[in-house]
Amino acid sequence: MGNTILTVVLTFIGLTAVTFAIGRVMPADPVLAIIGDRASNEVYERVYLEMGLDRPIYEQYFRYLGELLSGDLGMSIMTARPVLTDIAIFFPATLELATIATLIGVFLGIPMGVLAAVNQGRWIDHVVRVFGLIGYSVPVFWLGMVGLLIFYGNLGWVGGPGRIEPYFDGIVDTVTGIILIDSAMAQEWDVFWDAVSHIILPSAILGSFALAYIARMTRSFMLDQLSQEYVLTARVKGASELAVIWKHAFRNVLVQLITIIGLTYASLLEGSVLTETVFSWPGIGQYITTSLFNADMNAVLGGTIVVGACFIGINMLSDMLYKLVDPRARG
Amino acid sequence: MTFFRKIGAWVAVPLTAALLSAPVQAGPPKDTFVMAKDISDLITLDPAEVFELSGGEIIANIYDRVMMYEPEDLSTLVGGVAESWEIVDDGKGIIFSIRPGMSFHSGNPVTAEDVAFSLQRVVKLGKTPSFIVTQFGWTPENVDDLVVVDGDNVKITITEEFSPALVLNALSAGVASVVDMKTVMENEVDGDLGYAWLKSNSAGSGAFKLRTWKANELVMMEANADYRHGAPGVKRVILRHVAEPSAQRLMMEKGDVDIARNLTPDQIKGIEGNEDIVVRADPKGTLVYLAANQAHPILGKPKVVEAIRHLVDYEGMANSFLAGQYVVHQAAWPGGLWGALDEKPFTLNVDKAKALLAEAGHPDGFEMQIDTLNRAPFPEIAQAIQATLSQAGIKAEIVTSEGKTLWPMYRARKHEMMVAIWSPDYTDPHSNIDSFANNPDNSAEAKLTGVLAWRNSWQDEAMNAKVAAARNELDVAKREAMYFDIQRDLQKNSPYAVLFQQAEQTVMQKTVEGFVSGSNFDLVFYRGVKK
Amino acid sequence: MNDATFRGWLLSASPQSVTQARCQRAYLGWLAFRTNPIAMTGLIIVLALVSAAILAPVITGSDGLTPTLENRLQPASAEHWFGTDQLGRDIYDRIVWGSRITLYIVALVSIIVVPIGLLIGTVAGYMGGWVDNILMRVTDIFLAFPRLILALALVAALGPGLENAVLAIALTTWSPYARIARAEVLTIRKSEFIMAAEAQGASTFRILRKHIVPLCLASVIVRLTLDMAGIILTAAGLGFLGLGAQPPTPEWGAMIATGRPFLLDQWWVPTVPGIAIFVVSLGFCLLGDGLRDVLDPKSAGG
Repeated sequence: MGNTILTVVLTFIGLTAVTFAIGRVMPADPVLAIIGDRASNEVYERVYLEMGLDRPIYEQYFRYLGELLSGDLGMSIMTARPVLTDIAIFFPATLELATIATLIGVFLGIPMGVLAAVNQGRWIDHVVRVFGLIGYSVPVFWLGMVGLLIFYGNLGWVGGPGRIEPYFDGIVDTVTGIILIDSAMAQEWDVFWDAVSHIILPSAILGSFALAYIARMTRSFMLDQLSQEYVLTARVKGASELAVIWKHAFRNVLVQLITIIGLTYASLLEGSVLTETVFSWPGIGQYITTSLFNADMNAVLGGTIVVGACFIGINMLSDMLYKLVDPRARG
Repeated sequence: MTFFRKIGAWVAVPLTAALLSAPVQAGPPKDTFVMAKDISDLITLDPAEVFELSGGEIIANIYDRVMMYEPEDLSTLVGGVAESWEIVDDGKGIIFSIRPGMSFHSGNPVTAEDVAFSLQRVVKLGKTPSFIVTQFGWTPENVDDLVVVDGDNVKITITEEFSPALVLNALSAGVASVVDMKTVMENEVDGDLGYAWLKSNSAGSGAFKLRTWKANELVMMEANADYRHGAPGVKRVILRHVAEPSAQRLMMEKGDVDIARNLTPDQIKGIEGNEDIVVRADPKGTLVYLAANQAHPILGKPKVVEAIRHLVDYEGMANSFLAGQYVVHQAAWPGGLWGALDEKPFTLNVDKAKALLAEAGHPDGFEMQIDTLNRAPFPEIAQAIQATLSQAGIKAEIVTSEGKTLWPMYRARKHEMMVAIWSPDYTDPHSNIDSFANNPDNSAEAKLTGVLAWRNSWQDEAMNAKVAAARNELDVAKREAMYFDIQRDLQKNSPYAVLFQQAEQTVMQKTVEGFVSGSNFDLVFYRGVKK
Repeated sequence: MNDATFRGWLLSASPQSVTQARCQRAYLGWLAFRTNPIAMTGLIIVLALVSAAILAPVITGSDGLTPTLENRLQPASAEHWFGTDQLGRDIYDRIVWGSRITLYIVALVSIIVVPIGLLIGTVAGYMGGWVDNILMRVTDIFLAFPRLILALALVAALGPGLENAVLAIALTTWSPYARIARAEVLTIRKSEFIMAAEAQGASTFRILRKHIVPLCLASVIVRLTLDMAGIILTAAGLGFLGLGAQPPTPEWGAMIATGRPFLLDQWWVPTVPGIAIFVVSLGFCLLGDGLRDVLDPKSAGG
């Protein structure tokens, strides 16, 4: 346990140090991000000193770490708000998207993977396999563009870019930050359905990637299990095929699958940058990217720390779960 | 089986409901005006600090300024908060009398104290746009003596040489917005003159008040029913951040927004057949120009820059990918404004350029780098220029970057050639000419990083004198002739080739009326809008 | 040596030399590979990409760089198979020339990633102790980093450009390779032939190079081929965000980005490069999948 904590702490320090160093060597100038490109040199020098940029970089870094430990992530230049407030606004949007995408991946991907494994070598197996690889190979930003054109532009089945129509903004009080939950709690069904119509497409597109990966891994794990002796024994004992698949083999796959699902979830939380860009989705990925372009380093650092923490947290959790369920992995 | 039916119901119900509900929405409500616009540049709404295009437009609708251009007549400078004014002390002083009966959104009356406070606040905070008023000789130390309240009047004193016409014009810029002193000071933290608060709140007397600003999402404004020109035509105005032009177009066609501001020329061509949509074009003061760093051993030769001016396919670009949104303009002050020079002496002429290059000693061309912004149409413009330059043997490599990366390099004079934009800060030619032509100290230590001439390492003493003379001239006709002369000089001898002037195309639903968009970025008014 | 005897040599039950044994393994692998339609499709796509890159000057009519403003946004025709783009350039030509960029990215990333990953992984696995601890902590940090965001930040720091994009991708990709290599080493570290080499007094470096690295190579190559799609997509993503190749370079991701506004009226401008990226990534995926079946029978079928 002590070892795990040490790893987490070290990883965190590494994460912040690397991001901090990148922020300081970037050609984009945080001072200009505040004062604009036409400011005179006097204004520039003043703000430069105010931001403490004349100090040695290690000193700046330690100061940042100190503030971080006291829960202060600094102010964002771009939004004129504390970074912590920003994260409380933008992170739920990504969480909402990634969660639904992962759910799509789990509920469709696992049955597909099992189906393929059971029918190994038959056409259904090939279809699932190729489908999985297709999911790997499509550029998500392109798929998003085309999807938006067809399902929003041509067919009008789903809502357009963004999380919600702006004239619904501010009707529902923010409790969790997740509009679907907040609006349902407030019983504002117009807002709820508007949010649903907006999230369907981006989450389906992100979800198709989760689906591809989960289906692929499920198939591979299932094949492993189905060739084990206990499966044969169960069959010999006259267990029905359904029972063999779901009761015996699948139960053993579940542990490995949890790790995979955890990984998928974590990678969706960070990997949604491009999807968010295409769908004008005000999530954490877009927040980090636009902040990066605007040399808003406090925001980039804060966002990266949150995403990194999720990453580390989810990895740790699935590791622990794995050890808990599978005694062989203990040690 | 029942299990699957349950699952099916769980999935199908929300899905069908969403599919059914989406087409039902018939766009924004009647009293709400929704605009799709790229507002990623917005970082502050404090009028003492706003220097970005989106911010400038928004505060123009929230605050009344000392002097103003009103949407009813965009070409005449009139009093805003100032009802009238009197020029005294041989043009060194101006006394403004404050319009009676006005009140702020808070209900507080607008007084002379508020006006003086607003101007003093700009100088004391010393944010980027403060130079617009500090050029009059105001400093944080002396501004309390130079901007004084005298009963119901405010008297300002100019210590530098300046034409009063220029001063009045400068007081129509965003920094001359009048803020509600009481409200602002109630929100003061650690002597910051309310700066932290006003960044994302409003305390004005304009047609709208700010309700919410969610960075990179939306800005929501509410109508001020007691506005001095009467209540605005709609109750709410929403600027919705949509960075992607094709997304803006889709939303326009679906009726989810009333106006789209950032469609590309080709998209507008595609949308023109739609009968529910109208397109309007408004000339803007924004110029696209090319600048050559004079410290560069080859680009520093006047003949080389002259050759480059002949190596741009102005018409080819303006008639193809820029059609409708940029027109050819070759002088340093934008067309349609007082003092503008419309002469266009340059066209693509490879033979002439080759001859000039030979005279300069580079008959076979040379290699260099063009830096520009990474958003349309700049990469396209750079590529078109790259192609025509190569016809005379000049090999250019293009590097595109975000503005925040590009400007530090430009300000440090590290570029070779740059394709960039420039918008005036106020509608007097001095606003542009001062930056393009006037460079009092060309040394690296001077760090006049805000000045275009300095950035391009260019100094011409005779030109400096001409800029000062035009600035101080009191006779209007003479003054205009002096600006014509300066602009012609810049076409012959300068590090620049001015290429295009922007015409903003706005795409609107047919039902929208009364949207006013003037010649500068902060002359956009929402108060007349009805739908 | 005629064909029959060559085949006989390849299939001989008792190989006479190490070379023959290796050739035999490769040939048997190929025989297995050849019967796998999915893998063969992948191979054909990748070969097509390589030939397009090599033959680009022959099979295109222009360099795909020079604007022809009067020829903008033409739909597909006999003259322009995939139409023309917003500056009047032939999209087919740009796609073909762009295949060089894609290959260049893929090759460069592999050249950086494989040696770094192998070195760190094998050294950590073989040396063990504190060396292992330190190296793996570093690897963990890189694994924990949001990859796309790190790549973005790196390019932002280094400045936009193809080489910098490649470097950023490489720096964010190497860590899983170190993990794989280390795991492989751990399984063979106590094998007899390593012990034997140690007993003969071979240096650590020699053992790593001669005995350990070659054994890790198979799984690393499989993983690399499967990762190719990811690398291509990341590069395209960077290009899409304006951080990759600079104009007028026909990088496919950048072509989608600049073609975005034309999706509604001139759909081919962003669609053709999108399909190109898709087909090529799919090709690498299929190839990697097939290669794994052949080279890495342990996880066959996965």
